[in-house]
Amino acid sequence: MITARALRTPIGLQLVVAAFLAVWVVAAMFPLLWTAVMSFRVPLDALSSDPLVVLLGPATRASAMGISWLDLLLEVAAVVVVFRITSRVMRPMAVQYAPFGYVPLGWAQAAISCLGLGAIMLLVVVPMLARSLDTALASVPIIGQLATPAIGITLEHYRAVWITHQFYHNFENSLIITTGVVTVSLTVGTLAGYGLARSGGRMAFWILMLALVFRALPHSVLVTGYLPMFLSSRELLAPLWAAPVIGTVMHWFSAAPPTLYGQPWAIIIVLVSINQPFTIWMMRSFFDGIPTELDEAARVDGCTHFEAFWRAIIPVMWPGVITTGLFSFLLAYNDYLVTSLLLDAQSQTMVPAISQFLNRDTSSADQIEAIAAAVSITAPLFFLVMAFQRQIVSGLTAGAVKG
Amino acid sequence: MSIFIALPLIGVFIESFYSTQPVFETVDVQSCTPGFTGQTCTTETKSRPRFDANGAPIVATSFIGVQAYRDLLQPDAVVRAFGPDGGGLWALLSIDFYAALRFTVTFTLITLPLVIGFGLVVALAVNSVTRKLRGLVIFAALLPFIITPVIGALSIRWLFIGDGILTAAIRAIFNSNISMFAQGWTIELLMLTYRVWHVAPFAFVVFYAGLQTVDQDTLESAIVDGASRWERLRCVIVPHLMPLIVFVALIHLMDSYRVFEEVVGFSSQAHRISLQFLTFNFLTPDQTGNRAITRAAASSMLTMVGIVVLLVPLITHAWRTQRGRR
Repeated sequence: MITARALRTPIGLQLVVAAFLAVWVVAAMFPLLWTAVMSFRVPLDALSSDPLVVLLGPATRASAMGISWLDLLLEVAAVVVVFRITSRVMRPMAVQYAPFGYVPLGWAQAAISCLGLGAIMLLVVVPMLARSLDTALASVPIIGQLATPAIGITLEHYRAVWITHQFYHNFENSLIITTGVVTVSLTVGTLAGYGLARSGGRMAFWILMLALVFRALPHSVLVTGYLPMFLSSRELLAPLWAAPVIGTVMHWFSAAPPTLYGQPWAIIIVLVSINQPFTIWMMRSFFDGIPTELDEAARVDGCTHFEAFWRAIIPVMWPGVITTGLFSFLLAYNDYLVTSLLLDAQSQTMVPAISQFLNRDTSSADQIEAIAAAVSITAPLFFLVMAFQRQIVSGLTAGAVKG
Repeated sequence: MSIFIALPLIGVFIESFYSTQPVFETVDVQSCTPGFTGQTCTTETKSRPRFDANGAPIVATSFIGVQAYRDLLQPDAVVRAFGPDGGGLWALLSIDFYAALRFTVTFTLITLPLVIGFGLVVALAVNSVTRKLRGLVIFAALLPFIITPVIGALSIRWLFIGDGILTAAIRAIFNSNISMFAQGWTIELLMLTYRVWHVAPFAFVVFYAGLQTVDQDTLESAIVDGASRWERLRCVIVPHLMPLIVFVALIHLMDSYRVFEEVVGFSSQAHRISLQFLTFNFLTPDQTGNRAITRAAASSMLTMVGIVVLLVPLITHAWRTQRGRR
C-alpha cells in the first residue's frame, strides 16, 4: 500500500488545484453568463461600469419590472427540479411510448414533450406562483424584505429582436440549413465511412489524406469557387433546361433555372462539402471500433452486403451517428463566413444577422438588442451541451485516440 | 467529395487569371455653353460603360495573367521597402497581404503553446479532483468550445467595450486610462485571449481522455524508483500523451491558420486582418456592388499555398508510417 500513499496528493497541492479549477470554471462561464445578464437590463444598467449595477439593475427595476430574491430562489429551484426530473424520466418515456415501436422517434417525442412541459412550468406556472407568494408575504416583517422587488428585469430587447426585427425569419433559415446539412452529411458520411473502414487499402489511405487536406482548407477558398457560379447560375444552368430529356425533368421543379445565390437549400451543398471530410474521418473511426465479425456473421446468416450494413451495423452505430450529427449541426449553426457571403439579407441565418444589429450601433438600445440576439443564438447550444455532453466528449476524443 | 470540393478549387485557380469587367468605351463629348459672342465649345474624351440592347452593361472577360497576384503581393513595393531608406519591415507590413500573413502566422504560433499548456494543466487538475466535480468542470469547459465563434468573440468584446466592467477593472488596477479598442496591440491581445479561451477546452478534453489510459504499473514502478511528482509527469505522463499532443497541435495549426471569426467579432479590420478575412473582404460587395472575385481567387490560391506548406511534412510522415505498417 506504499504506492497508494505516494499517489495521494498533498493537501497544499490539492488546494492549489481546487483554486485553479475554480478560476478556470469561472473564466469559462463568465463572459457568456454576463452577457446573458446584460440582455435583461435597460441600456443604462447594462452598460454601467459598476458590476453591482449590472447585476441588480436599479434603473430597470424603476422603469420595467422587478423580481424579488424569493422569486429568483424559486425559479432556480424549479430549474434544478425540472432538470432532475427530465433526466430521470426521458429514457423510460422514450422506450415505452415509442411510436410504431421505433425508439429514435420515441426519443424525439420525449424530448419535445419534456421541453414543452418544462417551458410551461418554468415560464408560466412558477412565476405566477412566485407572484402570489410575494403578495401574501409582503406584510410579514423580515421575510417581506425578501419578497419585495429587488432585481430589475426586462424582456423588451428580446421582444424587439424577435418581433420587431423579425428574428424568427432568420431562425427559420437556420433551421432549414442545419437540418439539410445534418441529413445529407450523415447519409453520405455513414456510407463512405463504412466503405473506408472496411476496405483499408492504399486507395482508402489516399482518400483519407485527401480528406485531411480538405479539412485544412480555409472555407473562404471554397466560397470563392462557389460564389461566381451561384451568382450566374441562371445562365450556367440554362443549357440543362433546354436539353431534350433532362430539360423536361427540370421543368417539373421550376419553369426557369434558379439563381442559387440567396437560396438556403443551395448553401447546404457548400456547407456539406466543407463538413464532409470531417464527417467521413469521424465515422470511419467509429466504424473501426465495430468488429468485422459482426458483418461477417450477418453475411453467414444469409444477408446481402447491403442488408448486413442495414440490419447489423446501423443498430450498433447510433452513438457514432449522434455524435457526428452533433458536430455537423454545430458547423452549420455556427457558420458565419459561408452564409454571410452566399445569402442575401432576406434569407440570412441567425449568426450573420447579428451584424445587422451591430452595424446599426447608433443607440445604446441597439447594442443591448445585439446582445439579446446573441443570447438567443447561444441558448440552444447551452441545452445541447447539457443534453449531449457525453457524446460531444466522445466525438472530440474519437478522432484523436484512433486516427 | 472530389466534385464538390476539387472542382470549385480548379475554378478558383482559373478565375485568378481572368478578370471580368464592364466594357468601357471612350467617346468624344462636345459640350457647348452659350457665350457673349457665340457658343464656347469644348471637346473632351470620356470613358463610359457600354450597354447592350436591354440596357444591361456589357461585360467582357479577359486574360490578365498574374496581374491579380501582383496586386496582392506588390513585388515593387517589397523591393522598395528593403531598398535604401525604404522603411524595411514596417513598410512591408503596411501592405494588406503581408499584414494579414504576419498576423495569421504570429497568431498561430503564440496560441499553440498556450492552448496545449492550458489544456494539459486543466486535464491534470481535473484528473486529481473527486469524481463528483468532474461533470461540472467538463460542462463548464465545453461551453466556450461549442459556442458560435463570432458570438464568443462578441461576448468577450462586450465585457470591454466602452466603460465595460473589465475595462473599468483594468483602469482601477493599473490606474491608466486605457481603451481596449483604440489601438492594434490591445485588440490583438484580446483576440489571442479569446482563441485560447475558445480552444483550450478541446485540448483539455482530449488530454483528459488520454490520462485515463496511462499505464498504472509504469507509474507505480516510477514511484518505487523514487521519481518525484514532477519527474513522473515529465517521464511517464507526457511521453504517453505525446501522440495526443501532436494531434491537438495539428488540429490547432489547421484551425488557427484560418482565423477569421475573431476579426469579425472584435471588428478589428482597421487594425488587424487575417488571410481568410482578406479573401472575405474581396468577396463582399463594395459600395458600387462589385465583388473583386479575381483578387479573391488570387488570395485564395496564396492561402492554399500556405496550407500545402503546412501539410506536406505531415502527409509524408503519415505515408511513411502507413508503408511501415505493411
